[in-house]
Amino acid sequence: MSETPMTRAASATPPSVARRIKGLSDRAIAWIFVGPTIFLLLAINIFPLIWTVRLSFTDYKANRAGREIKNVGFRNYERILNDSDIWLNMQATAHFLFWTIFFQVLIGFTLAYLINKKFKGNDLWTTIIVLPMMLSPAVVGNFWKFLYQPQIGLFNYIVAFFTGKDPSSFEMLGSVDLAPWSIVIVDTWMWTPFVMLICLAGLRSIPDYIYEAAEIDRASKLRQFFTITIPMVLPFLMLAVLFRGIENFKMFDLVVQLTGGGPGSTTELTSINLKREAFEKWRTGYASAYAIILFVTVFGLASIYVKALNKVKER
Amino acid sequence: MSNFLSGLLRLRRGPWEIVATILIALGVFMLMQPFVMWGFTYSFIITLVGTVMFIIVSHFPE
Repeated sequence: MSETPMTRAASATPPSVARRIKGLSDRAIAWIFVGPTIFLLLAINIFPLIWTVRLSFTDYKANRAGREIKNVGFRNYERILNDSDIWLNMQATAHFLFWTIFFQVLIGFTLAYLINKKFKGNDLWTTIIVLPMMLSPAVVGNFWKFLYQPQIGLFNYIVAFFTGKDPSSFEMLGSVDLAPWSIVIVDTWMWTPFVMLICLAGLRSIPDYIYEAAEIDRASKLRQFFTITIPMVLPFLMLAVLFRGIENFKMFDLVVQLTGGGPGSTTELTSINLKREAFEKWRTGYASAYAIILFVTVFGLASIYVKALNKVKER
Repeated sequence: MSNFLSGLLRLRRGPWEIVATILIALGVFMLMQPFVMWGFTYSFIITLVGTVMFIIVSHFPE
């Protein structure tokens, strides 16, 4: 009789363990395996979430744990949703989200389209393009800080070469007008390869016979692009947009390394602002309400994301 | 359009998910728009309604 993985695993089980689990139903064994994961999920994710909801209705301060906690009802939510500074932070986040997604989709799709054409060195170029995505955001933030240096930064010298300006005449990270764009550039540089990979998967899923049929019908290349390529890649593009949208909504590390939210609060994204409220001002109750608002937003977007993902799977 | 409305009336998942998705998208837009403060103020409740609705209607029959 040939030995299957199951019989091999059964024979490898020590007799003492085998004696103990003998008589247990399949369901009970499944629970034994899944139990620790469920316990960790409850302890690390679900319990803190419920506790945060509870704290969001109080004036709790984590640095004064002995202080009496007062219930404040919906006051934290009211204050956040009527705070013009937080509204400005949301707008900074929106600027960051919109432009990063716009550039990443545009450049990512173009790169995927080019890489999808078979040419010599195709695989090497794919590897080189994908490299930035594999770096740590902290490392990327630090070295772009050097690239943006007005005196020694390569970025300023390249811009100066093309525009004829003095390299030290502008400061990407120190200027109120340029700082929001500086974080957009870095995030686009880092995450465009991700969008490219998703688009490439979409492009490679289009069967050749569709293009061949279009050729027989004498459809022009432009027509093929707009009636075959774009509609068939669209679910993948949508997925990339949602994925990047959710990720960038939570963006923290890269921006903290680059600008720290400055100058002033021009690049202070919601996640940075939330961290300040929670761990610098120690307004834990208020920060909990803020976190719940962000959580509901991300959860809502994630629901749409899962729906889009299922649609892609159905294709 | 009539299919959509009859789907809503017969509590079908598809059309209700569309409504919930529109509410979530509207809420996120209102949260981040730079035009009117009241949009920002009411954004959370709209996103919350959309998200809760999405969770409920995803259990409706196809």
